[in-house]
Amino acid sequence: MDLLEYQGKQLFRKHGVPVPEGRPAATVSEVVEAADDLGYPVVIKAQVQIGGRGKAGGIKLANDRLEAQEHADAILRMDIRGFTVHEVYVERASEIDEEYYAAIVFDRSAKQPMAMLSRMGGIEVEEVAERDPEAMRMLHVDPLIGFQDFHGRRLAFESGIAPDTIRPVGAMLGRLYDVFVREDATLVEVNPLLVTKSREVLALDAKVTVDGNALFRHPDVAELRDVSAEDPQERMAKERGLTYVKLDGNVGILGNGAGLVMSTLDVVAQAGGKPANFLDAGGGSKADAISSAVEVILSDDKVTAVLFNIFGGITRCDEVARGLIEAFAQIRPEVPFVVRLDGTNDKAGRALLAEADLPNVHTEATMLGAAEKVVALAG
Amino acid sequence: MAILVDSDTRLCVAGITGREGTFHTLRNRDYGTNVVGGVTPGKGGQDIEGLPVFDTFHAAVEETGANTAMIFVPPRFAADSILEAADAGIGLVIAITEGIPAHDELRVYNHLRRGSARLIGPNCPGILSPGKANVGIIPAQFFKEGNVGLVSRSGTLTYQIGNELAQGGFGNSTIVGIGGDPVPGSSFVDILELFEADPQTELIVMCGEIGGSAEEEAADYIADHVSKPVLAYIAGFTAPPGKTMGHAGAIVSGAKGTAQAKAEALEAKGVRAGRNPTQVAELAAEVLVGASSPDS
Repeated sequence: MDLLEYQGKQLFRKHGVPVPEGRPAATVSEVVEAADDLGYPVVIKAQVQIGGRGKAGGIKLANDRLEAQEHADAILRMDIRGFTVHEVYVERASEIDEEYYAAIVFDRSAKQPMAMLSRMGGIEVEEVAERDPEAMRMLHVDPLIGFQDFHGRRLAFESGIAPDTIRPVGAMLGRLYDVFVREDATLVEVNPLLVTKSREVLALDAKVTVDGNALFRHPDVAELRDVSAEDPQERMAKERGLTYVKLDGNVGILGNGAGLVMSTLDVVAQAGGKPANFLDAGGGSKADAISSAVEVILSDDKVTAVLFNIFGGITRCDEVARGLIEAFAQIRPEVPFVVRLDGTNDKAGRALLAEADLPNVHTEATMLGAAEKVVALAG
Repeated sequence: MAILVDSDTRLCVAGITGREGTFHTLRNRDYGTNVVGGVTPGKGGQDIEGLPVFDTFHAAVEETGANTAMIFVPPRFAADSILEAADAGIGLVIAITEGIPAHDELRVYNHLRRGSARLIGPNCPGILSPGKANVGIIPAQFFKEGNVGLVSRSGTLTYQIGNELAQGGFGNSTIVGIGGDPVPGSSFVDILELFEADPQTELIVMCGEIGGSAEEEAADYIADHVSKPVLAYIAGFTAPPGKTMGHAGAIVSGAKGTAQAKAEALEAKGVRAGRNPTQVAELAAEVLVGASSPDS
């Protein structure tokens, strides 16, 4: 789960990472009130879970109340690459002297956290890597020992940052590591890490991704989930306990098991079709879960045909067939279905479907055959 | 032969008294796996259809000589349970549980690799050595004994490919589900090493998916250390970046971890990669018919 900047900064404050003073606001009058309190100049920053806010006009400096009003009015409700701005963060403006980059990332390959520091900040990390790969210093941290002072010192000295910032930047890295571990984050990124004219070291931005599997340990963070930013189908699926990812095609997909569903998307694409979604109905799917999943798939009105690809292990094909029959009784889909049932109780499942004689439901024996059929029917 | 689980396996199940734990433990026993008991704190002294329940792994090991653990407890207790099994001296821990926090997995991984216990999973379907032992939730009825070693990040996809192989008349030495999480206890490389050393295994099929770099690392390892033929399948060519595709570890981050890059890395090292499960089964038939005839 990606946090908004101001939510990340709340976690930063909690763990002693220095950040500029600021507060979130959802209306123009809230922005003005916050700005008056903080004192001008302030920066008004769109809160969206996507990069490139600045370039899109989502970050503006306001020198007085009138400008604060103007910018708030322009930024609130603005669309940034498909994300509507519902909130802004009003922050006391900082006088920028230098910009660095710092991050703690989850290195899957080494299976250890990795701390990163660069004296080049305020630009995309990829750009740094291109311009000067040596500028990015990286260090793995043994998770059983944790971040030590020497880690911070070593990164700070090796990165070539200004000598007077070595101590505070090293300390900030340690605090960022605390956020990473104690908040169960999989990414903590500060870009830019700011050195002000008065040589103060501050986290000017905060990008924090927390592990959804660990939210039971963090009820405060779990509450931050921004339901309004989610796709309506994805929200509906989540409420029903289904694993669903919306895609932009027209072939609705249901399968059991993440790997098999991914593979199903691939064979549909290979057959010339465009998948509308990823939906894993899970192991041991019962009839009601199947009919509930059909509703989610069909709530996307771009869907012109649906493919069921089931390999029954724990899942029983007769249960899937019953679920489909139930779904047809309740919602009478208007689009064709192609159903491939294989594995546990597959014959019973196919027999049930044949007996029910559902309108516009085609059964196929193989995964590839089913993919070709559904692509032909989807048009 | 076969790898990891066989007739020497003495299995103890954490979470044996839970609904799923009981169901799959008994299924494993029915298959012929030597299940010696289970662990549920506070329920020591009870039994599940004749299988003794212990309060701790230490007591279970002392009483039964268990050498393999299967973890079936809910995610928030799973890391603790894995560490307990290892601490009690169990050499092979197979974790089925899905949804364990990534930082828990990180601590467990870094601790275990300093000792002697091997972890398979979490978030995996387990291990099946057809005709010998089944530990986990793999539906054994689709597989028979043979010479293909199968290692996979996905459960149902393994069944799909295994079934296509079986229809072609081929069987498996061992099927290992390494799981779909970001920090698996064992990687493709760990399992490839075991298959390479296993006399029963003549062909290795590895089934990967988007996210991370385990497949790329496997490609390098195969080039340097594996003499047996290896085939691969990668799922997720159509997965958009930044979206978790069901498995916690299945995510393309920026331009990293794509199926295309993985397939290319493997092919660059001479590993043939099928573009769908059927193609992999066809490639397997091609390799095996040259080496030894299928038995049907």
